[in-house]
Amino acid sequence: MKVAITSTGNSVQSNLDQRFGRCGFFIIYDTETKGMEFIPNPNKDAQEGAGPASVQLVASRNVQKIISGEFGIKIKSLLDSLKIQMIVFKEPEKTIQEIINMLNS
Amino acid sequence: MVNHCSLFMSPRPLRLRKISNPPIISGFKPYGNRKSEGEPGTVFLQIEEYEALRLCDYNMFNHHQASETMDISRPTLTRIYARARQKIAEALVLGKQIIIEGGKIYFDSEWFSCSSCGCYFNNPEKQEEIKECPLCKSNNFSNYEQTYIEPEESMTRCSDICICPNCGFEQPHRFGCPCKEEICPKCRHNMVRKGTPHSRNF
Repeated sequence: MKVAITSTGNSVQSNLDQRFGRCGFFIIYDTETKGMEFIPNPNKDAQEGAGPASVQLVASRNVQKIISGEFGIKIKSLLDSLKIQMIVFKEPEKTIQEIINMLNS
Repeated sequence: MVNHCSLFMSPRPLRLRKISNPPIISGFKPYGNRKSEGEPGTVFLQIEEYEALRLCDYNMFNHHQASETMDISRPTLTRIYARARQKIAEALVLGKQIIIEGGKIYFDSEWFSCSSCGCYFNNPEKQEEIKECPLCKSNNFSNYEQTYIEPEESMTRCSDICICPNCGFEQPHRFGCPCKEEICPKCRHNMVRKGTPHSRNF
């Protein structure tokens, strides 16, 4: 199963990004193969519509869960119809490695 | 008198209808047609019409309760419901098949909060029950009343600034109003978002 995590940087030491649509990087983590993919977010500086565009990007990788600090108002109905689970985790100090360890434990 | 709005303007966008569960079947087929004169055709019942029918006739809600469940106004619910009955009657009388699809809808999901790791999560697969927290695998989670995406809260939290690219005038961004639609009060120029797009305080 694939999980998308929003990250501020492109390493496992970076922190969880508290924004979804305009986060720095998306990390696609595969819980079975333990593989990781870092995708720089092209919508980082978008004026508007960053959320739906990011949903499209993440959904094209077939993820089933998204971990982020906050989701915008346009996102929920989109993700509900795509059957992707949202996990809201309001801890900006957590690193990606810690979150991956939580998923594996 | 001609209604000028209907001539020159596009209609108001539809409000998204909230659906609690998708229908378990995707339609009905008639059988035993006594007058087999070709194909009788198909009636397309929208999912929002199915939901209105389910709430009003199966759950026996009144229109006011049903409209609140679907997050639309009472007159809108009544119109959707009337359309649903009209279509089903048409299918029964003319022996048409019914296909349930389409409509401007979204599926609602319930939220949970985990007391072990402090995260919130929703359950998009309604048929499956949540057994553990998806993050820390504990079972210390409980149902969570959805209050955190309230627009009022986001309004106070947004600390962005709209800036005029022409004269540099700045004003605090108003939630829900795109910056490019704001007009600079000094030089009547359209404004833009200042600096990095989202610099919210968390």
